[in-house]
Order: sequence, then structure tokens, then C-alpha cells
Amino acid sequence: MKIPVTVIGGYLGAGKTTLINHMLRSANGLRLAILVNEFGDLAIDQDLIEAQNDGVMAISGGCVCCAYGNDMIGALEDMRDATPAFDHILIEASGVALPASIMTTVGMVYGLRPDATIVLADVEQIRKNARHKFLHDTILAQLEQADLLLLTKTDLVDASVVEDVKDWLSTVAPIARSLPIANGEIALEALIGAIPFAQRRPMENVTHKSVFDSIVITPDHNIDPQALGEAFANDPTITRAKGFVQTATGTALIHVVGSRYAFDLLDDHHSLGVVCIGIKGEFDPSNAEKHMRHAERTDA
Amino acid sequence: MAAGSLDELATWGAFTLDERFADKVIMPGLIEGHAHSMEGALWSFTYVGWFDRMDPDGKIWSGVKTVDDVVDRMSQIKKTMNDPNEPLLGWGLDPIYMDNVRVTRHDLDRVSATRPIGILHASGHILNVNTKGLELAGLLKPGQNHPGIPLGDDGLPNGELKSPEITMPAGKHVGMDRAFLAADAEGLRNYGRLCVRAGVTTSSDLGQQLNDDLVGLFETVTGQADYPVCLVAFCINLGKSPAELVDYTASLKDRSTQRLELGKIKVIADGSIQGFSARLQWPGYYNGAPNGLWYIAPDQMADIYQRALAAGVQVHTHTNGDEATQLAIETLEGALRKHPDFDHRFTLQHCQLASEAQFRKMGRLGMCVNLFANHHFYWGDEHFALTVGPERAERMNACRTALDQGVPMTIHSDAPVTPLGPLFTAGAAASRRTASGRVQGEHQRISVKEALYAVTMGAAITMKMDDQIGSIEIGKRADFAVLYDDPTEADPDTLKEVRVWGTVQGGRIFEAATI
Repeated sequence: MKIPVTVIGGYLGAGKTTLINHMLRSANGLRLAILVNEFGDLAIDQDLIEAQNDGVMAISGGCVCCAYGNDMIGALEDMRDATPAFDHILIEASGVALPASIMTTVGMVYGLRPDATIVLADVEQIRKNARHKFLHDTILAQLEQADLLLLTKTDLVDASVVEDVKDWLSTVAPIARSLPIANGEIALEALIGAIPFAQRRPMENVTHKSVFDSIVITPDHNIDPQALGEAFANDPTITRAKGFVQTATGTALIHVVGSRYAFDLLDDHHSLGVVCIGIKGEFDPSNAEKHMRHAERTDA
Repeated sequence: MAAGSLDELATWGAFTLDERFADKVIMPGLIEGHAHSMEGALWSFTYVGWFDRMDPDGKIWSGVKTVDDVVDRMSQIKKTMNDPNEPLLGWGLDPIYMDNVRVTRHDLDRVSATRPIGILHASGHILNVNTKGLELAGLLKPGQNHPGIPLGDDGLPNGELKSPEITMPAGKHVGMDRAFLAADAEGLRNYGRLCVRAGVTTSSDLGQQLNDDLVGLFETVTGQADYPVCLVAFCINLGKSPAELVDYTASLKDRSTQRLELGKIKVIADGSIQGFSARLQWPGYYNGAPNGLWYIAPDQMADIYQRALAAGVQVHTHTNGDEATQLAIETLEGALRKHPDFDHRFTLQHCQLASEAQFRKMGRLGMCVNLFANHHFYWGDEHFALTVGPERAERMNACRTALDQGVPMTIHSDAPVTPLGPLFTAGAAASRRTASGRVQGEHQRISVKEALYAVTMGAAITMKMDDQIGSIEIGKRADFAVLYDDPTEADPDTLKEVRVWGTVQGGRIFEAATI
């Protein structure tokens, strides 16, 4: 199976490093490879680092951080070929990089699957940055290219400010789904998606103490993966969905992030089931089940 | 040791008179302020450019004029290859001189349908691959939806690939792999030989992702007794945080030798004009293309500038578009308020679109500039018609304005983007003649004398090496370009025809014909 790759973008100070530390701390058995431009600006919490040499930092729990410098493709290939295999690769984009360009490259590296583009926006700074004399168009392009927008540092401002910024984001980045977070803390599954029946990880961790709700749906019939993906992607209350369904021609891995979806037809067999994740209060599991029923293809 | 008439020099004591250059013209060694030693390594691949070009062995590869010529040359090289799966890579293709003919995968399939084949364009922004190359890159399927992957009538990619996010991953399959991108000893030696043929005694290598291994390679190669040129190896701002970059570069200064100058930083601010990735001020690109890309965040640039000023490390910044130039100027002005430096000589590299106001500001801030004069010839017509339009094309690489505003100035080839050859570059700045023969921007021409100064003392000043090189003067390195013809008698259009015998570098004699 191809290794999923997530790009994490956003301008300096948006909270990328805090988020990366949080992900490493909550990886809980998942093997994550995190690619960064350079280590200098990445203040990985010291207690997480097990060893460091030659541009690769070993993190407790089987994760690594890797500095790619000017050879991102080479670093991606190294991570792809590592044994034991990584569950997920994350790329920290530089502050002015356009994440969609990085995703294009990822899509051309054999054995990798572009998963999600996540862009961080500091709730206090983002509108100012979007008016910056030199950066305005770059910042807006980054926001536009996001599947998920993480609105960071929301604990530092009034709720009304968060709502204002969310409203503004919905006009400049209509495709993206905005998720407010505080202290860089967000359930890992909302960022990288969760496979139900995880190999090394129990499911109940997904939503405990978080702002997310989730449901695992196991389809009884063959599914049209395109119809299902489209339905999930068009439902604004579903942040993430991922899992295996049976199609007329075999098993498919379907993955939905924000309003984008994709599916891969697989040669091998997997236990069927799809995890859907959404924000508590907005997310209605019965809607997700309804989408699944509509995508059933009993005739096939 | 000293310069002067025979009578004056005889007063130093006993001497042996060496008259071997009696019928030659000796001038200060030429200095290339912006090139890449990769020019030396590229000759391991097949040249398919429009213009005749000399390789490190002195062989002139004739320019290819048609797609059939390209196919013929690649086919000839293919016959010398044993491994049927080994990629075949060509470089230097420039279809703008062939009525913008589209080269397709089917053309390259005539070379081979089974071996991966790629051709990198002279601009560096477009890569042509054959069907096998597309297949290996995973692109040989319908439904591609990216402006960098144009499709043929059959709905499949036509083999022309644009923009780095496409060409870099695809290039891996046609020979542009890690080894292709890395500096190696043979490439550095070949680059040294090309320098001798061009009369160059000092050249920047702008820049490298320096680390101890790579610095060691530079030390080994340039330390060989017959290495013919002084390389100025800049440390590029990739893969290092501002603090690491400045601290490490500062630590390298003491490792400089007569043939290896270290301790300078290169920062890249934006992309290129012909690739539409340079950052332009209003009104932007003439053809309406969206503005280009930033390659560094303003805050990071400020961090690097402040730390470098505090540490006394010189920074050269690549700014092609005038918005990138403006960012560098404003950032340096802010950094200088915190760390005043009365002789920093921070230099803008390319700086192709700077306005008179920007040059005035640069002059007052103590900045230097290295302008890309070869663009007048190679892409001048393209800039006029497509990228920036008539007014800005006529003031691009404004040598006259730079000098008038008191900005120390040199001019460059950016080899391998255009061929290494400071006499050609000097001619390009003096004539401003495009490939089609037009003079583009009469008012920005400089005299032959000013152009020759730019490629000697001008370059030395921008690299803070004017105490050692740039002129024939007591106390300076014995670096000479030895010429058959007198360049001061040439006019702007004939300067490029001045023939080079070779060089003297640090008192050692190198003849181009035998190098």
C-alpha cells in the first residue's frame, strides 16, 4: 500500500513546530516520518529525541524527523524505503512554500500517496499577514490550497475573534474546512486520518478528550467508492474519513480530507470499515451512515 | 611582486627576463562573479543548445538548429552507451530560436523507445522526456491535470514538463539524480579548465550547500598544484537555519587559501524572470502571468542579514524581480539600523529589473550589484515581447544607472545558464545587442573600458577581494588573462571575438590549448 503523505504549511509563527511536537507526543505507536527544511527552527522537545545524526533525528516510539535541505525528493525516497515501514509521512513546508506544489511532487514519487494539505493560521496574525506588503498573495494562496485549515492560538483571543476569522477564511478559502485548535492540540486522527482496526493502535483513543466525534461504519454491500467519496467530501460536517470498502472489482481504500476525496483500488484484502470524523456538535453519525447506504451498489 | 617598466623592475635586483608573452596582451585576470561549477559537470551529458559551445577539452560543439539535429546528436551518443537502461540526458535546448517549435516525446522516441531520455532546456525550467521517461515517472496515463504537464491530442502528456515540482521528480528517471546535482572532483577540475579557456583566474561558485565533506572536496581539488583557478565557494541558505548558516560560514573563513575563498553567504529570494517565478512589482508580467514565488520568508532574510552583519559575514542575495530587490533593500536597511557596518558590501545578484530609485538606495546603503548582462543577448528579445515588455526590457540589467548611482558593479554569465566568458559578458553589457541583432536600451550601454573594469576590479570589489585580485598591482596576486588581441581596441560588438591564449594564476602559467 502506498504511504500517505501530509503537507503542513503556513507562515512562520503559525504554530507548525508546536503541532509537530504534539503529533510526535501523541503518535502512540504509529510510526511517523516528519520532514523539515532544517532542524534549526524546529525545536523538538528534548525529551522526545533519542538520537541524532546526519540530518535524521530518532524520536522515541519509532518516529523520525529528517531535514531535507534542497533534496526533498531524495529524503522522501529514503523515508519510503525505510524498514520497518512508516505509517505516514508529514512534510513541514517552509513559511513561503506553496503546499500544492509540494503535493504535486509527492504525487510523482513512486510508492507515495498525497493525503492531505493542512495549513496553519495564527488567529491573531493571519489577517495581518494576508495584507503584508510582500506576502499577501503567498499567504492567500497557502490558505486557498488547504484541505484543512487549523486556526491556532485560539486560546489567546475571544471566541468572537475566532468566529470573525473563520467567517473571513470561508471567503478567502472556500474549499478548506477550518478547525480551531488551542495549544497545538488536535486529535492525530483528524490530521492524518485513521484506519479502523488499526494494526498497532486501539480505536478508542480517537476522540477521547478531543473536540471530535467519530464513527466506524462497516458496509454490508458493495460500494461505489466515487459516490461515497463525493458524498463525504460534500458534507461539511465530516472532517476526515478513511477506510476500506468492497467494490464490484475488489477492495478500495477511500480517503476523504475536507472537501477532497480519493480512492485506490487494492490488490490485497483488508477488513472492511470506514472511520468518519467530525467536530463534536456538528457531526451527525446518522448522516455518515446515510451517505454509506446511498453509495451501496446491490446490483454489482 | 611589482609592475612597471623593465627599467623600474630591474632596480629590484637580479632577474631573468621571460619574453614568452611579448606578442600577447596581458590584462588583469578575468573574474566571474556569478557562476556554478556545475558547468564543469554538465559536460558529462549531451549538449544540444542553439549556439556553438566549448567543452572543457576545448572541443566546440556546434549549435543544433532543428529538432532533427537534436535527434541525430542524441542518437550518436546513444550508440556509445552499453547499458540499454541507462538514461540519456541532453541539456541546453532553446526552442525560442527554432520558432518556438514544440519538442514532443515522439521526437525523442526516435532516439530510443526503450531507454529513458530527457533534455533540459537552456532556461532550466522545461524538461522534455520520451515516452519511456514519462512511463518511469508514472505520467503516461490520461487525466493529468497540471499546467506543467501539457497534453497531446491523444490526451496523454506530450513529454514537455514544466516547473520544478514536475521536472525535479521526473528528472530523476532521465539522469538528473542525486549524483547529477552534487559537486564532484571531476566536475570541479573540468570547471577549472573552462576558466582557463575563458581567461578567468577567479570564479565564484554561487553557491553550494557547504558542509565539512564538501569543503574537504573543495580543499582537495583546489589544493592540487595544477588547479588553475581560485574558487569563491559561497554557502547557500538551504538546509540550515539562519544561526547555523551564519555561524558555520563564519567558521570557514580561516580555511581560505590562494585558490579557495570561503566565508560568504548566498541567499535566494525569488525565482527567475523567464520562468515567471521572479517576484515583480506592479504591474507584473507583461503577458499577464501571475506573480512569481518567494524562496525565503522576509523574517528569515532579516534574521540572516542581522546575524551576518553582527558576525562580519558578507551576504550575496539572488533577486531577479524588482519586488525581491525591494525586499532585500528594505531588509538590509532595517538590519543596518541594528548592526551598522560601514563596509558590508552586501551584493544583489541578477537584480535584473531594478529601477533608478532602487539603485540610488543601494548606492546610499553601501550595497554592490552583479547584473546579468548576458540576458541582453540570450533572452533580450523574449523579455521585450513576452516577460516584461519594451520599457523594462530596455532598462533591464541597468549597468549605466548602477554606475551613475555609485553602486560598485560587476556582470555575469550564471554559467551554466549561459556560457562562461567574461569578455562575451563585457561585450553584452557594452552593446546590449539581442540575439536578433537589435540594440535594446541604448541609454543603458556602458563603455568597453567600463565593461572590462566590471569583469576585473568590479567583481573583486563585490566579493571583498579587491586587496588581492582585480588589477595588476604591487602586492596583489599575479593573476593575468593572456590574450591574442587587445580588448581595449575592440568595440562593443567585437569584444566577444577577442581570443584567449590562457591565464596566469598566482604566478602559474596555464595555456588553454594544452589544459
